[in-house]
Amino acid sequence: MAGDPFDYVRGFAVTFKKLFEDRLTDQYPKEKAPIALRRHGRHVLNRYEDGMEKCIGCELCAGVCPARCIYVRGADNPPDDPVSPGERWGFVYEINYLRCIHCDLCVEACPTEAITESKLFEFSFTNRQDAIYTRSELLVGDDGKPQKLPWEDWRPGDDDHTSAWMRATAPAGDADYVGRVAWAGELGYGVRPPEEGQLAAQAGIRGDDVEAVEDRDLHAAGVEEGHQ
Amino acid sequence: MDPLFNDGVDLAIVLIVVFKVVLTFAFLMVAVMFMVWFERKLISDMQNRIGPNRAGPWGLLQTLADGIKLFFKEDSKPDQADLTVFKLAPYLSLVPAFLTFAIVPVAGNFMDGGDGTIELFGHTTYAQLADPPIGILLALAMSSVAVYGVMLAGWSSGSKYPLLGSVRASAQMVSYEAALGLSVATIVLLAGSLSTHTIVSEQTNYQWNLWAAGFVPFVLFLIAATAELNRPPFDLVEAEQELVGGFHTEYSSIRFALFFLAEFMNTVTMSAIIVTLFFGGPAGPILVGPEWLWPPIWFFTKLGVFLFVFVWFRATLPRFRYDQLMDLGWKLLIPLALGWLLLIGAFRIARDQDWNLALVLAIAVVVLLVAASLLNGAIAAARRRREETETEAFS
Repeated sequence: MAGDPFDYVRGFAVTFKKLFEDRLTDQYPKEKAPIALRRHGRHVLNRYEDGMEKCIGCELCAGVCPARCIYVRGADNPPDDPVSPGERWGFVYEINYLRCIHCDLCVEACPTEAITESKLFEFSFTNRQDAIYTRSELLVGDDGKPQKLPWEDWRPGDDDHTSAWMRATAPAGDADYVGRVAWAGELGYGVRPPEEGQLAAQAGIRGDDVEAVEDRDLHAAGVEEGHQ
Repeated sequence: MDPLFNDGVDLAIVLIVVFKVVLTFAFLMVAVMFMVWFERKLISDMQNRIGPNRAGPWGLLQTLADGIKLFFKEDSKPDQADLTVFKLAPYLSLVPAFLTFAIVPVAGNFMDGGDGTIELFGHTTYAQLADPPIGILLALAMSSVAVYGVMLAGWSSGSKYPLLGSVRASAQMVSYEAALGLSVATIVLLAGSLSTHTIVSEQTNYQWNLWAAGFVPFVLFLIAATAELNRPPFDLVEAEQELVGGFHTEYSSIRFALFFLAEFMNTVTMSAIIVTLFFGGPAGPILVGPEWLWPPIWFFTKLGVFLFVFVWFRATLPRFRYDQLMDLGWKLLIPLALGWLLLIGAFRIARDQDWNLALVLAIAVVVLLVAASLLNGAIAAARRRREETETEAFS
């Protein structure tokens, strides 16, 4: 019974005061915390503006993956009906989401910006088979946007900035742009606008697009670049 | 005695009693349901959390959901269990919790010479299930029986941790019952009756035992009651960090729910007993509206305050170590309760015999101080001797 006897009373005051403090808890499924601009979520396999797949089946993503969750197999494009613009295409593409740690290394490794990550993290599975996303699920739809699969909970903004966060050194295999930093045009998202403080020309936006993009920048100065 | 039985017993009176039984039962079940919700909500408020908010508005139906879940769980019985006792134990802790509430007056106007009766279907009766002559002793007896529920549950589980928990429980509850009984004895001495109805009617017009008995019995009763209920900071019986779940480790399904029910019902009942003994029960000013309306409102308000206090204890105080618990019980609470009982007794005699109150007070204080220093000396001597033998043992 040593010490200041009023310490006991002070202890009670502490717990009583807590009654009237604000709660920090987010009411999660109802209210969601703001999504970070570059959150890493479920992957998408992108396509060019002409509908061709970007993946060339090079397996660099599988090689760099620290969790070893990606399985890719490449094959030669059928000459009469090519799937991707180059020589090869990824005819098997699987990501096991029970292993994926969303480190984004695959996105960085990809030479063609074929794989990028959306912000979707709310998807769940009831068996191990369902956790493996295959090419047909990862590939963007014909509108160029990620497929919204029935068991996924897509919210507005989850697919913002999904496209082309990477700087491609050789967009679309165009020989003029080898060695230049440039954005690749993409189905659905088109050409990414320059980031803040970045001139359209520096960003490597090609030919006719430059004027249009700079025009828009003047109008939407300071506004976040979320164009659909 | 309840004026209900003054003119003999006929069918109508039996039906009134049955009605009261059903009402008490229903009240306690609902009270427990909301007490569990209240405790969880309040303690999460005190811990900057939100607490249950899924089932029903503000999570009010959470207890119901939990109860239904528990009801449909597998009822597992350990191989080593003594099955008869194992099945009996939950009821041994539940039934006393119910019975204790029977003697609590919940309504009736006690103010300004009111006799605390209510009109029920044309009969005059007390607003309590029963007013037996042994009165408050029933509460003490029932809290002793409740020890068996906990003890037998742990013993019959045939498992180590429950056994340890129940050994702690029986030692703790038996120890603190002494302090509990002695502070009740002070109140009985003041009221001159064991009947809870008389105890309440002796406290009319704010002559509450809280100050009539001089605060100390109330503080002792509150501490001893917390220990008796096995609530934090005296929850060594089910100390999760040490004993898994304590005496109910091996219980599952509805049997576990019964223990849970008993625990919270005991909290409600014990708060009701505190209100009855120290805070004038349902007595309080009759404001606007009908006369019968206000006493229950005052009663439940006072009850709510103590339920809040019990939760507040739990949110604030860390658990006692076992030797601290025993030290507090035997070396502080019991001597204090005993001394205070003698002091109050001396004052009663002095008042009846017209002795000089100041002189009685002076003598009493001197005697108590001498007794306290003797006790302290004895405790210090015992500690010294123990330390000597321990040093010998280790050298």
